[in-house]
Amino acid sequence: MTFLSTIKAAALSAAMIVSVALPAAHADEQYFPLQSYRVGPYAAGGTGFFGGFIDYLNLINIRDGGVNGVKLTWDECETQYEVERGVECYERQKSRAGAAAWNPLSVGIAYAMIDRITADKVPLITVNHGRTDSTDGRVFPYVFPLLLNPYSETSGIVNHIASKEGGIDKLKGKKIVVLYHGSPYGKETIPIYELLAQKYGFTVQQIEVPHPGNEQQSQWLTIRRAKPDFVVLRGWGVMNPVALKTAVKVGYPVDHIVGNVWSNSEEDVIPAGDAAKGYTAITTQASGNSYPVVKEIVKTVYDAGKGNLEDKSRIGSVYHNLGIVNGILNVEAIRVAQEKFGHRTLTGDEVRWGFEHLKLDPAKVEALGAKDLFHSINVSWDNHEGEGYVTFQQWDGKKWNVVSDWIAPDWALLRPIIEKSAEAYAKEKGIKLRTADDANAVTTN
Amino acid sequence: MTAMTSDVPPALVLPKWIAPVLLLAFAYGVVPLIGSSYLFEAILLPFLALGLAGVGLNILTGYAGQVSLGSAAFMAAGAFAAYNFNLRVEGLPLVGSIVLAGFVAAAIGIVFGLPSLRLRGFYLAVSTLAAQFFVQWALTKFSWFSNNSASGVIDAPRLSIAGFALDGAVGRYLFALTVVSILTFLAYRLVSSQTGRNFIAIRDNETAARIIGIPVLKTKLLAFAISSFIIGVAGVIWAFAYLRTVEPDGFDLDRSFQILFIVIIGGLASIRGAFFGAALIVVFPLALSRLGGFLLGDVFDSGVLDMSQRIVLGALIILFLILEPDGLVALWDRVRRRLLFARQST
Repeated sequence: MTFLSTIKAAALSAAMIVSVALPAAHADEQYFPLQSYRVGPYAAGGTGFFGGFIDYLNLINIRDGGVNGVKLTWDECETQYEVERGVECYERQKSRAGAAAWNPLSVGIAYAMIDRITADKVPLITVNHGRTDSTDGRVFPYVFPLLLNPYSETSGIVNHIASKEGGIDKLKGKKIVVLYHGSPYGKETIPIYELLAQKYGFTVQQIEVPHPGNEQQSQWLTIRRAKPDFVVLRGWGVMNPVALKTAVKVGYPVDHIVGNVWSNSEEDVIPAGDAAKGYTAITTQASGNSYPVVKEIVKTVYDAGKGNLEDKSRIGSVYHNLGIVNGILNVEAIRVAQEKFGHRTLTGDEVRWGFEHLKLDPAKVEALGAKDLFHSINVSWDNHEGEGYVTFQQWDGKKWNVVSDWIAPDWALLRPIIEKSAEAYAKEKGIKLRTADDANAVTTN
Repeated sequence: MTAMTSDVPPALVLPKWIAPVLLLAFAYGVVPLIGSSYLFEAILLPFLALGLAGVGLNILTGYAGQVSLGSAAFMAAGAFAAYNFNLRVEGLPLVGSIVLAGFVAAAIGIVFGLPSLRLRGFYLAVSTLAAQFFVQWALTKFSWFSNNSASGVIDAPRLSIAGFALDGAVGRYLFALTVVSILTFLAYRLVSSQTGRNFIAIRDNETAARIIGIPVLKTKLLAFAISSFIIGVAGVIWAFAYLRTVEPDGFDLDRSFQILFIVIIGGLASIRGAFFGAALIVVFPLALSRLGGFLLGDVFDSGVLDMSQRIVLGALIILFLILEPDGLVALWDRVRRRLLFARQST
């Protein structure tokens, strides 16, 4: 870009800011503050996820003219996955009116925001991650670990390993190593693995890889000595390809490594090259660009030159599709809330109500063009996860192939553990447990 | 500096205590009334916490001449110690846990200051790295420190002093401001006392200091203890008043470097310098990022903007250090002197 055109663009954007700012008070808009990260060690996840999210919001604006005429707007604030930057972004972006929901895609930032968003009454979405006990809507009214909380994910992985071994009773005496990312996200599942190990009679050894994880020689030598039957890779960013490559180096078979939901993307396996062939990982949303909604995004958004991904080959990748699914969930929650409160700019609390009534059965998912992209969701005022289904995919060196049906995690087993943890938090913080009636009391202005 | 100010007619020289008192009056009386929550949460609270950490490190590095790369570790020690005292000792008031946390950080500082008796300069800097890695490792490894919380993240307790809740942004700001003011005042008294002069003597020439009868060993360890105490309390402010949640990774080596840069950019051996440096390090990237986002946010994505901000920031720091190697404090004094002379000549 030449200097002159930069100036021109700057002048244009300044003019646009002015022209947008003036009528904004009249036109109905719903604003998404995006605490994104496009630089730093986790940029691959950030660009893919926020790319997909923005692409879907764009699709709704271009194709439908917004949600029932309410335009969707957003801006980005770079966090680099760092907590204090995320907090600064929160304070910066919350001053803008009409915020629908926060989607920081970082457990650390989400933790720091819980008190703040609860006071401000705007939902915080942590799709496929987050603080497990925030599933309990009685204690965390504004936090939504949608689709899959970390405990459900763990249960899904253990069930998958059991099915590979020929049944849950075959887990007895087996040995599983969990290699986890040294961050709040990575540590979140330590207690649940211990608990499932006790329950099913396998032994578990959990090994930390310090952030960001580009050196794992000693961890994998430990694994080689331990000779586990399976290794669960609970990685993030650069840690994943390094793990797969190091596994090959120490001679651990890659088809006995199971990746978790943040170790399941193309960006995790392509850098590992041949070392990743045969690697299996859990997912809530299949990869690929054959789904109608992805095709529509290509047609409506990318062909109009408004696509967010710079590298078009990443359209339909795991992170991009997760961003699209996240877009669907956010937009549909707004739609649900609009049916109740009117087709206008909603308050954060009204959007919260929308999320708590977000029910997309497989038929509705198909109508949205996302059949087989993800299964379904069923959120309620006290279950903020919404019973997402998982599936497993295997990398063949070129693409991910789905190798299992949609599987339901063992929610009945997990719910009491989650409730106990949430109640302990409520007691420590002096929070009164919310009831269904409280959940229906909505702040409308 | 003092020689220069004596050129100014006495009528223009105000008593030394006037400026800090006016500043404090403004910070207590005016800022809480006019500030927005963004000002408190995103600018003033990190500024106060990092400024105090800078004061602590300046005592060690600026006055006593011992380079340390373990500041973030001492902050972490303070934050986690305060959390645990608060959690495990029934009925201990908040101020009590903060003071005890300072002592824990001081004890750790003494342990990791021991190599300073044999090592100097870069070698000492490398050995203080041990503190950085050890403390972070211990906090991660032993989940007792974070009360066995699943993710290793601790939630800060509610802030309240003598029954007054200080949970709002303004309350936390006043709390941080008070702690920082008290400790900064004590640090200021310290560096102009005999102990402070001992620090400087050791920095300037250790052998000479020994010959004139300064107990080098004791003084160095004292410097480590006092500095770590202050940095530990800064860690408490960072955790309890600013972020309100803490994980060991928040206190990584980057934070140590950040504090060291604050001290160097602000001005070594200057209490004010720490706050100048903290202001630059906290406010400047924010200003750049907001300006960049405002002007070019629609043209480039946030990643490109962030990268270019880093380049600009780095270039400005280099430029600044070349033009004013003694730090912002020296620059400030020069500007003030010019102004005074200008007034005098009219």
